[in-house]
Amino acid sequence: MSETEKPGFFKRLFTGKSDAHVAEAAAETAKLSWWQKLKTGLSRTSSQLTTGIAALLTKRKLDAATLEDLEDLLIQADLGMTTASAIVATLKRERFETDISDDEIRKVLAAEVEKVLGPVARPLDIGSDHQPHVVLVVGVNGTGKTTTIGKLSAKLTREGRSVMLAAGDTFRAAAIEQLKIWGGRVGAPVVAGEQGADASGLAFEAMRQAKDAGTEILIIDTAGRLQNKAELMAELEKVIRVIKKQDPTAPHTVLLTLDATTGQNALNQVEIFGRVAGVTGLVMTKLDGTARGGILVAIAAKFGLPVHFIGVGEGIDDLEPFEASDFAKAIAGIGE
Amino acid sequence: MFESLSERLSGILDKLTRRGALTEEVVNEAMREVRRALIEADVALDVVRSFTDKVRNRAVGQDVIRSVSPGQQVIKIVHDALVEMLGSTAQPIDLAAVAPVPIMMVGLQGSGKTTTSAKFGRRLSERSRKKVLLASLDTRRPAAQEQLRVLGEANQIDTLPIVAGQTPTQIADRAMMAGRLGGYDVVILDTAGRTHIDEALMAEMAEIRRIANPHEILLVVDALTGQDAVNLARSFDERVGITGIVMTRMDGDGRGGAALSMRAVTGKPIKLLGVGEKSDALEDFDPQRIAGRILGMGDIVALVEKAAAEMDMAKAAKMAAKLKQGTFDLDDLAEQLKQMQKMGGMKGIMGMMPGMGKMAKQLEGANLDDKLLKRQIAIISSMTKKERAKPDILAASRKRRIAAGSGTRVEDINRLLKQHRQMADMMKAMKKGGRGGLAGMLGGLMGGGMPDIDPAMLEEMARSGQLPGGMPGMPPGMPGGLPSGLPPMPPSGGLPPKLPGLPGLPGLGVKAPGSGFLPGLGKKK
Repeated sequence: MSETEKPGFFKRLFTGKSDAHVAEAAAETAKLSWWQKLKTGLSRTSSQLTTGIAALLTKRKLDAATLEDLEDLLIQADLGMTTASAIVATLKRERFETDISDDEIRKVLAAEVEKVLGPVARPLDIGSDHQPHVVLVVGVNGTGKTTTIGKLSAKLTREGRSVMLAAGDTFRAAAIEQLKIWGGRVGAPVVAGEQGADASGLAFEAMRQAKDAGTEILIIDTAGRLQNKAELMAELEKVIRVIKKQDPTAPHTVLLTLDATTGQNALNQVEIFGRVAGVTGLVMTKLDGTARGGILVAIAAKFGLPVHFIGVGEGIDDLEPFEASDFAKAIAGIGE
Repeated sequence: MFESLSERLSGILDKLTRRGALTEEVVNEAMREVRRALIEADVALDVVRSFTDKVRNRAVGQDVIRSVSPGQQVIKIVHDALVEMLGSTAQPIDLAAVAPVPIMMVGLQGSGKTTTSAKFGRRLSERSRKKVLLASLDTRRPAAQEQLRVLGEANQIDTLPIVAGQTPTQIADRAMMAGRLGGYDVVILDTAGRTHIDEALMAEMAEIRRIANPHEILLVVDALTGQDAVNLARSFDERVGITGIVMTRMDGDGRGGAALSMRAVTGKPIKLLGVGEKSDALEDFDPQRIAGRILGMGDIVALVEKAAAEMDMAKAAKMAAKLKQGTFDLDDLAEQLKQMQKMGGMKGIMGMMPGMGKMAKQLEGANLDDKLLKRQIAIISSMTKKERAKPDILAASRKRRIAAGSGTRVEDINRLLKQHRQMADMMKAMKKGGRGGLAGMLGGLMGGGMPDIDPAMLEEMARSGQLPGGMPGMPPGMPGGLPSGLPPMPPSGGLPPKLPGLPGLPGLGVKAPGSGFLPGLGKKK
């Protein structure tokens, strides 16, 4: 059933059913994977998504009505009208009026989604060409920038790399304290100024300190901002300009955090942050709820930006690599 | 707020109004487009379906198709259905309970609970003169309690002292105790963000509810939320029984579909809207007015309210006296420009003016919104007192000096002076015109009945919206006396699409004098 050979979270999905995996995954079963949480969540909400589609598709021709229902399913996963229609059109072209079982239709659906997501599922590669390798984290308010930085720095320090954090969110109250607490947890020094101080000045200072200390990776936090606020986006541009003064090749990685519950607006977020900040990759956060982040499919289709991680909780380890096939299956409702 | 949805819907409905007669097929086609527009705005699919069904049934069931202006009828039906979807009447926060009234904020992580708690606290203490205590029950996110403390301090609202190691339920208990002992009117409990499927945290939330027995439980929802919004609203409602909803980030360029679904799905009213990062960016929610905004019909009430809230009464009275004499110098113009800035700039004002939503968009495209206001204020600031009082003395050399001082060009100064002259002329005309001028304007604003939208008015709005010039198309009777306040709007072409120079400005500036009198309106009210 499982097509992936990698042990990891997708395997954990099926530990309940597949005995062979139980032993090795026993240690991990205590912690639910995001897909398991999603399933239990969906069963608890009044959503008829997963049950609905089963009832719909058992022993039935793939006719126009069924296709329409499939489109609805995709829309409800936030894929958006355009992407949903495109995927359903492909199904129609290939399988229209054929007898198709529930399992099959989901597989075809998942395969279609995976086709879109496959190319963008790329791990974050922090090479050692630059010293420090500068990672800038940007995004709308409340999408989980600081939390993602905490988890990412934990992962990197565990890998034995030296990490420095810069508390560039000088706007939100206590954002600096929040990052300091994370720094303490993972043992990374935090460069911080006063709340209300100039964010680009802080970035400059952080660059200097990271260079002096010979730190391998500098992760710079930024204040959350809505992408339609011109003056705040200009401020972000300035932060980048100032970083470049110290190292013209920096920032080497610009991560945009996207909240999985966000709907079609995420497309705008990617477009504008991409243009202003030169986003190099995405992190989708908050996949521990019932939202499935289907907008990522539309984003992948439109922008082709790499998706590096998914955030699946508030814990220090709740950052997992993005796997296209798992994600596609979750959207198609396979795996229960 | 809702701009892009508004644009889509008015585009679709415009097509209907242009047709003389409507067939069932045309209505169906329009409804398919409406469906798509709503889905792209993240309105929950179920809600979209019932909405389009409702509109379709009413539109074809009635005599709409045979009526004189079928397009207008359909718009009216859409408007009414929108209002129903949003909940017909506004339901403000209810504080009618024994003090201290506990209010509990719940929601997902990052939805804006803490920011909203602080905004709401500030509003209660400033507007309603309540003694408010803020308490953060968020022991999970690092520095969350600290965040609320800092926000409380910045807004002069008391916060519950942080005691390390306490559980959220213990803090709730302590907050209520402190509320009683400290003689507080309202205690706002800011809880930790939680996903609605985290059983342990949902149980904790129910326990906090049991301890504090909150009078209002407000679910804070990010307006950018997609289809999952309905799941979370339902789940929170099932677990703690929310009493209302706060939509945050309404100032994003999202289409706000989540806001549209909320009421329909939970049956609970939206009570507040978060519209910005500043601590006063919180608005009441009124379905009638929001529906108007969505259909591009503007929101005069919000404009008046905003004007009343931002207006400096003393200055306004002084201005009124000056205008009575028919004098209007550059200092007055600067004052007007500053008022406009406070009210959200031209775009903000235009967005609330009926039929001008599109113009606001074009202004934005031309990128002359707030920068221009700023520049014009800078020009006036670079003048001497004498120059401001008597702009006639501005010779070329003076203009060059001012241009250098304000970082502008002489053309900009000439343009500003022309604008001032036009406005001054209008002021004189108004003085002579009596009732037709200012009084008419006031009467129009007051008795205009803006919130109740009738088809005839809609027709006119739609028509004016279609005309490229926007303004010239505004019929004399349009929303009360407003047009009478707008005469200097150049008749030739108006603003869009290319804005050669700044012909539209004088007219725009003129709206400010109108608003200069708005405090008067407030009093009449």
